[in-house]
Amino acid sequence: MKQSNIHWEAVEADPRFQQLHRDKNRFLWRMMLFALVFYFLLPISTAYFQHTLNVKIWGVINVGLLFALAQFVVAWVIAAIYAKRANTEFDARAKALVDEAHNIKGLM
Amino acid sequence: MKIKSISKICAILIGLQAAPVFAAGAVANEYRWLTFLVFSSIIAATMYITYWASKRVKSTADFYAAGNAISGLQNGWAIAGDYLSAASFLGIAGLISLYGYDGFMYSVGFLMGYIAVLLVIAEPCRNIGKYTLGDILAFRNDPKKARMVAALSTITVSIFYLTAQMVGGGVLVKTLIGIDYEVSVIAVGALMLAYVVFGGMVATTYVQIVKAILLVIASLVLVTLVWLPYGFSPPAFLQAVVDDPKIQAQVAKLLGTAASSMSAQELGQRFLEPGLFLKDPIDQISLGMALVFGTAGLPHILMRFFTVPNAQEARKSVVWAMAIIGGFYVLTLFLGFGAAIHVGPETIGSIDKGGNMAAPLLAQYLGGGESSLLGNFMLAFVAAVAFATIVAVVAGLVLASASAIAHDLYVNVIKDGNASQAQQMKAAKIASIGVGIIAILIGILAKGQNVAHLVGMAFAVAASSNLPAIFLTLYWKKCNTTGVVMGMLIGAGSAILLVLISPNMTYPQKVVTDAKIVLEGAAGQPATAAKASEGLLCEFFTFCQKAEPAKPVVEALDSLPLQVVLIGSAIDPNTSLEESKKAQIKIAALEKQIDKAKEDLGKYQHQTTSMMGLEKPLFRLKNPGIISIPLGFLMVILFSLLTRDKRAEDLWEELYVRQNTGLHVEDVSH
Repeated sequence: MKQSNIHWEAVEADPRFQQLHRDKNRFLWRMMLFALVFYFLLPISTAYFQHTLNVKIWGVINVGLLFALAQFVVAWVIAAIYAKRANTEFDARAKALVDEAHNIKGLM
Repeated sequence: MKIKSISKICAILIGLQAAPVFAAGAVANEYRWLTFLVFSSIIAATMYITYWASKRVKSTADFYAAGNAISGLQNGWAIAGDYLSAASFLGIAGLISLYGYDGFMYSVGFLMGYIAVLLVIAEPCRNIGKYTLGDILAFRNDPKKARMVAALSTITVSIFYLTAQMVGGGVLVKTLIGIDYEVSVIAVGALMLAYVVFGGMVATTYVQIVKAILLVIASLVLVTLVWLPYGFSPPAFLQAVVDDPKIQAQVAKLLGTAASSMSAQELGQRFLEPGLFLKDPIDQISLGMALVFGTAGLPHILMRFFTVPNAQEARKSVVWAMAIIGGFYVLTLFLGFGAAIHVGPETIGSIDKGGNMAAPLLAQYLGGGESSLLGNFMLAFVAAVAFATIVAVVAGLVLASASAIAHDLYVNVIKDGNASQAQQMKAAKIASIGVGIIAILIGILAKGQNVAHLVGMAFAVAASSNLPAIFLTLYWKKCNTTGVVMGMLIGAGSAILLVLISPNMTYPQKVVTDAKIVLEGAAGQPATAAKASEGLLCEFFTFCQKAEPAKPVVEALDSLPLQVVLIGSAIDPNTSLEESKKAQIKIAALEKQIDKAKEDLGKYQHQTTSMMGLEKPLFRLKNPGIISIPLGFLMVILFSLLTRDKRAEDLWEELYVRQNTGLHVEDVSH
């Protein structure tokens, strides 16, 4: 990998980068954690809460089927929320930093 | 009376001889031409794509990463094409048709894996890597060591996955159209090699896109036809599932004596409830972990993120892939239930024990049955899509292993990164041909082997080795070479070892006992009590004997004539054609079971231990994820803390800024 002449430490130390990174991390971990908990609730409940899953809601359709289908909805909603926030906010904030970093490089 | 019934039995047996429909493949002989027509059109289309792509592959960037010129939408379809293997199309639909709800649990895990891909893996990988997993790991760590271990892990995961695809594909094509196993393995291999060698990633990508579109169209058509009679109302359709006598009979068979006190409605309803297939809760959670964490570590999926120009397109491609893959898995639920209603679990299971023929048979039924032109066309179409699926998935896997061999090992480890474009291309093509030939050889050698555990193993190794290494390299400053190398070796090693001592392997003593039960019957067994106290270790290993319920008496199947008489006498002289056909299928299934038992007995009678020298499994779970994934993470952390690596820490800022901003991507993909 060739040596670059961008001041990585400088960019990293930039408070806007730090803030971007903090916001992004908090957002990502929350979503990841929620997705994992929600997903593992399914095998856990098929194992230990079968009676709840077997309760019929709509005709013969039971909680278990709806819970499994809800997993798909949750996955799609997480994808949509993340894509929206990244497209509208994170990208712009990163781009501002990138443009500036290129300028610093140009001066050197 | 007796003579009459015997002559009837003879007629049934002769009928079986005269129409060996299932022995020669699911397509009737008179419609073979149709199958070949559909197969050749799809193959011709992919060959044209390869020809077109071959003119666009000039550099290694084109060969490995399609020149970064794939759009997010295209890549989303290609990821779906790469991921929706025959196992998910035919296998999951089959499991749902045989076991109902539990089959669907697999679909959920396969999709949820993409959340980790989207949130933590896709964009940083695009910003850091070039062609391979090795590129990402070599960024901060000692490049040679990191590349070697990354290549080793990539090849291991790909070969497991590849073997499952080749063997499964060979069996599938044989069952569908009746050509020899070896011929179909060679056909899959040769076609895949043509795509990869001449068209590289460009051809592979477009073949995957075309295949994914065909797969989605086929499923949409089938599901629409399944739903049509029920006015597209989910409760009405599922009510029909519950009311279906074939499904009720299947549940009764699965539950055994427990079913005796249940009403027909209760039996049908049970099909929509969990627990008919997956019985061990800890095994389910372990499988769930392997699926959810393994997807993000599959080298052939990671490689797809290098084909797009930037992180934004990588993000878009995962979002599209999740929409397509998720939508497809929802359809499989209805494909499976539809096959259970129309074809019936018993018929599906009698042709293929794993249920793989559920979707093709459903297509044949919906088109008008086995003697209609449309029915056979639809069967041929689904079969051809399944074939294209296998070829495309194998192409992706071969490309991933070839890039690890040529780009990581040859160019960057052996030649220290000093290889000309021409040399690099040559290495890439030679590696592809080599891996392709190995894939064909493994496919032929593994004929008749038990490969069901290999896909689970590929996911488990990816989750225990690749994911901890990538994740901690990207997100943890103290992560370093020793941690990555040791973590990957121990993670992958423990996953493989646990599978080798798990119930997935063949244990001759058990096979022989089971075969003897089929042939000679078994005496009932009283319940046994647990020997040692139940603890956490007992959940994972078989040191302690668990309590087992009493086993009922099983009658021998070996006296086939008796069985035939029993079935034959159930048919009175005025039986409809359909019923006698059902009896024929039943007899064929019994015969198959007996032949299998005899074959097993012959094969394993003189062996007492498994490949690993074990008489019975030592590890209780089928999937090792619950132990090997935390172990992989732990080892990376432990060995990173034990050693210091100045380079890894010095490069942290650069990696960190880059993966978050995409700064300098142009340097990475120069």
